[in-house]
Amino acid sequence: MTSSFLRKFRIAFSAIIFICFLAVFWDFRSLIPEKFINYLLFLQFVPSAIKYIDIKTMAAGGFIVIILLTLLSGRTYCSFLCPLGIGQDINSRIGGKIRKKFRRYGFRRPHTIVRYSILALTLGIAVFSGVYVLILLDPYSIFGRFMTYLGKPVILVINNFLANILGRFDIYTLSHVEIKGFKLIAYIVPVVFAVLVGILSFIKGRLYCNMICPVGTLLGLISKISLYRVKFNESKCTKCGRCSLRCKSSCIDFLNYDIDVSRCVDCFNCIDTCPEKALSYSLLGTKSKAPEETKADEGKRRFIKGSLLMLLGISSYARAQEKTVPVPRKESTVKEPRTSPVCPPGAGSIEFFTRNCTACSLCITACPNKVLQPATGQYGLAGFMQPVMDYHKSFCTYNCTVCTEICPTGALKPLMLEAKKLTQIGKVNFIKDNCIVKTEKTACGACSEACPTKAVYMIPYEGNLVIPETNQEICIGCGHCEFACPVTPYKAIFVDGNPVHQAAKKPENKESDITTPVEFPF
Amino acid sequence: MKRREFFRTSFGAGIAAGAALSLGGYDKLWAAAPGNAKYDMIAIMGGNPDAMFDLAIQELGGMETFVKKGQKVLVKPNIGWDVVPDLAANTNPLLVKRIIEHCFKAGAKEVYVFDHTCDNWVNTYKNSGIEKVAKAAGAKMVPGNSENYYQQISIPGGVKLKSAKVHEILLDTDVFINVPILKDHNSTRMTASLKNTMGIVWDRGYWHSNNLHQCIADYALFERKPALNVIDCYNVMVKHGPQGVSKEDVVQMKSQILTTDWVAGDTAAAKMLGVDPQKIDYIPIAHKMGIGNMNLDNLNIKRIKM
Repeated sequence: MTSSFLRKFRIAFSAIIFICFLAVFWDFRSLIPEKFINYLLFLQFVPSAIKYIDIKTMAAGGFIVIILLTLLSGRTYCSFLCPLGIGQDINSRIGGKIRKKFRRYGFRRPHTIVRYSILALTLGIAVFSGVYVLILLDPYSIFGRFMTYLGKPVILVINNFLANILGRFDIYTLSHVEIKGFKLIAYIVPVVFAVLVGILSFIKGRLYCNMICPVGTLLGLISKISLYRVKFNESKCTKCGRCSLRCKSSCIDFLNYDIDVSRCVDCFNCIDTCPEKALSYSLLGTKSKAPEETKADEGKRRFIKGSLLMLLGISSYARAQEKTVPVPRKESTVKEPRTSPVCPPGAGSIEFFTRNCTACSLCITACPNKVLQPATGQYGLAGFMQPVMDYHKSFCTYNCTVCTEICPTGALKPLMLEAKKLTQIGKVNFIKDNCIVKTEKTACGACSEACPTKAVYMIPYEGNLVIPETNQEICIGCGHCEFACPVTPYKAIFVDGNPVHQAAKKPENKESDITTPVEFPF
Repeated sequence: MKRREFFRTSFGAGIAAGAALSLGGYDKLWAAAPGNAKYDMIAIMGGNPDAMFDLAIQELGGMETFVKKGQKVLVKPNIGWDVVPDLAANTNPLLVKRIIEHCFKAGAKEVYVFDHTCDNWVNTYKNSGIEKVAKAAGAKMVPGNSENYYQQISIPGGVKLKSAKVHEILLDTDVFINVPILKDHNSTRMTASLKNTMGIVWDRGYWHSNNLHQCIADYALFERKPALNVIDCYNVMVKHGPQGVSKEDVVQMKSQILTTDWVAGDTAAAKMLGVDPQKIDYIPIAHKMGIGNMNLDNLNIKRIKM
């Protein structure tokens, strides 16, 4: 294969993949169809593997494709398909531009003990205990969290800025989106990893991928027997060492004509840079060629722009969280006796869900109502960052199944709309002593108004007043009542999660006695 | 600029209104209602929503009575719920479309349509069928999903609701046409013209927790009043309102009420629903506050059957 083509192809291909990922995670207007998201995520290694263990069909066979691909071509996944890998390439490129004078790469020994220990630990814990280490280390999920918690607010700030300008001219094609933010503690994991992965890739290229990432290590093991690999043509090589200096994986030992395939991510930079065309990507047992360099100042500019906006984004997050509307009124007194968190529809049970979710946060960013929030303790420490329904933030839209359709790990299984409308993820509970109708003796009914199944309805109370009453059988636990309830600090109505989801009864309805009028009654 | 100007004038008007109210001149205030229609109310029955509107507006002297050339118009339907048109939780799209067309015919420069939805606004605008017809008729759909769009106003004379945040488009337009749909309501028993204003403000929770009926009446004091109320009674949700559960909740009444007096409009609407208007607290409260007249006998009502 010709050398210049390989590297250019890698860059073009990975750029397209990366843009697709950005689009999917930043699609705050829900423009991208779920089908497309599924295609894109099919090949993500860890989500696909988790899904396969559960459903055992080729619909979740993406990781098998990746294993076969690795057997054929080495760790191409890491350079072509892994969004975190591509992101690191961009970052290390910026690092290279800024720190031009330093020789950052060059051959180094592998961190054998570290990387295999992490792989063994992650695998072992995932098999025998739970996914909590995998949650932290799955590269796709790390990327998803970067985009959801750190990247998307920047996009929203830009959108809001433009929407405000257009709004002045009464143009409403872009609409202002409120940046609600998450609990501060939820930012710890993405920020720590952003710093770790950011610094390592900025200075040392693919060191994170070759030292920490369990997927990288696993694919590295497999690629030891791959058919295609980068090889030296010893007769052409002048031992100038340029290839080694450009190797992001620091895996080229040019003095011994040796390339560590377990760390090579098939970026093809070495082939591209070799003036003697002494390197080639070929079948076990063949030879090579080489062209010149490309430049991109754009990256630097984008980085500076991005980081400035990031600052803006974070500060507006802080503002968004302060904004709670003070309502002058008596405070409620009875604390909601919650026994269980509410996990999203399609999960089946909290137990299944927490075992299969890698907290990639795709559902959190895709949820049109923003009811999905990263758990901070609701599922226990092991379930940190896994999505949980937060009915103080929002409620689950009756006519929506988005999260169930896009989950790449199968922790949420696709639900047809009709099935979702009968899936009871929690049950409504009414606390009369907190209710405005009782405490203030004025009309309210916000909860019943919001209820899509009329599991919350109104019955006569004192005088002209009506007060809520609940029917748990037809409640699906969407939380609209809890969200709408204006009482603080404790709600007068709340949804208690079903640890195992149940089937709600279909609401019955009869024709009314009122008939079509023939005369005006006034 | 325009907005600031408006604030200045509304502040002045507020003081004037407050002064007038303190002198007890409720009726005189209302006498200055917008439009010089021949009737206080048109009640029409038996046609399609658009055909009924054509005839009814003609009886009021055409849309020109309310909309002058070059004016910006806000058409405010009820688009509260993510529900299909057949379930009658939102104003009939055919009616909304026809009203927009009449506005443009009368020379409106721009027509805007918006509601502060209860369900997800994107889905609600779409599934209500209103976004499509409004755009087709040349109107602009305005989002109401973010607090950013809402401006603080004060309501002099409000008993419980003394200030509110209202959507900027209400302040930026010259004419406000209120297009509610008549529905049963679980807590206030009925929703039509007055209660439709809950979709203009940002913080509805405040209303719910501070005497809902009084807040509904208080808001009607705000000086940006509707020039015309068109109450859609074509398909009427007679129970399980305001959202409804299924088609069994809906009765086809094939009616429409056009009025410049929203208290009168709601009184008539309540009777259509078979509810005693006295039992819907905000109607007698609004009547007593001088916002409108619930004694239909004293009004000039034209009843039409198609």
